[in-house]
Amino acid sequence: MRDIHVSAISDAVKKLCMEANWELESDMLRAFDRALTTERSPAGKHVLQILKENAQLAKTKRIPYCQDTGFVVCFVELGQDVHVTGGPLYEAINQGVSQGYKEGYLRASIVRSPFDRVNTGDNTPAVIHLDVVPGAAMKIMVMAKGGGCENRSKYKMLTPAEGVQGVKEWVIECVRTAGPDACPPLILGVGVGGTFEKSAILSKKALFRELGSPNPDPTLDALEKELLDKANRLGIGPQGYGGDTTAFGIHILTYPCHITSLPVAVTIECHAHRHKEVTL
Amino acid sequence: MVTTAPDGTKDITTPLTDADVESLRAGDRVRITGVMYTARDAAHGRLFPLIEKRERLPIDVYGAIIYYTGPSPARPGDVIGSVGPTTGSRMDKFTPALLKLGLKATVGKGHRGQAVKDALRQYKGVYMGAIGGAGAVLSEFVKKAEVVAYEDLGTEAIRRLEVDRFPAIVINDCHGGDLYQDGMKAYAREGA
Repeated sequence: MRDIHVSAISDAVKKLCMEANWELESDMLRAFDRALTTERSPAGKHVLQILKENAQLAKTKRIPYCQDTGFVVCFVELGQDVHVTGGPLYEAINQGVSQGYKEGYLRASIVRSPFDRVNTGDNTPAVIHLDVVPGAAMKIMVMAKGGGCENRSKYKMLTPAEGVQGVKEWVIECVRTAGPDACPPLILGVGVGGTFEKSAILSKKALFRELGSPNPDPTLDALEKELLDKANRLGIGPQGYGGDTTAFGIHILTYPCHITSLPVAVTIECHAHRHKEVTL
Repeated sequence: MVTTAPDGTKDITTPLTDADVESLRAGDRVRITGVMYTARDAAHGRLFPLIEKRERLPIDVYGAIIYYTGPSPARPGDVIGSVGPTTGSRMDKFTPALLKLGLKATVGKGHRGQAVKDALRQYKGVYMGAIGGAGAVLSEFVKKAEVVAYEDLGTEAIRRLEVDRFPAIVINDCHGGDLYQDGMKAYAREGA
């Protein structure tokens, strides 16, 4: 057994929240550069250039890249030989979120109830997904998930007969309907298989893979590349002003499914793709 | 007032008149100088019943621009935090009534519904896009910010922003022009 005190967890989450919002990861910065070499639209190029400047300015001034500093979605891979000490794990994570958002001058965007819509004031609670894994380490992955793009995320239960062709058509339809509203260039997390909720969680987790890295499964990698090419033929372009860069990447995760089902969930992510992780 | 710079960029100075709005076309790059009021979901939700009851609004919308944004908190010494646009369509329910009262422009991102587009033609209004997610860059164009209504709403309060050459692009003009449609048509390729 290895002890990890809750204060170490809170401190880690606090730092991840602040840094994710101030500094885009290098995979995103490389995506801007790649797109600038291929984008034909002058308006699209202009947008990409401004977004690069935005990333630089946010980092220098330690202010958020986007004013929507997101819903904190936190995936925790907890080694089964870890003993969390000093208090409840979920409270520790939310304490880190609260401190990070207050001390980092990040926007509080969460309301305590979907009906009375009173702001909680410190961006808590996070959405926490916990996996217990072998080992004595604890991996914490944090995403500051923007609301505008989240609102364009979609789910569809296809029939097995619709197959891979049906999945392709549905994913492209999701890009088309997200359009300018979701702040393209987009990144798509696609969860295929499992149950209704499993596919949705996979679609979020898929976003943590490094942008531009291949899918470890060659069949899925080919599918991702085909879908990305199709998405970028739609013409939506950066911010929807027209252009070739509608999406930076499409990441797929799958899970076994029932003989009767073919669930497909698509999480739409904007170019403000703020994700950080740490292993304790 | 709207003037055209040598590079074709249109300089907008608030307040706006019908003639100003008529001179703007989808795809025009603009710079806004003067005052913009921030309002998003919750503030619109409070303004709307006032309009229905024909009561006085906390801001004068005549000739004005509403910017759909909820800024992040300002660091000590800064005017404002990050301040990019939010999705305009969530305000579609409220926009025609505001245009009818004389609001001339809204700034946001994303599609507007047909009722808003129709109202832009009917009441001479314009919808402009600021670059979504470029909140840090856009904060540099805000010279002054003060809460003028609904302070309890926090980020969703109505703020009066004084802006200097704030960059935007015309998405929907009052002549039926739509940059999103034109742009997509121009760059769509076979095989999507």
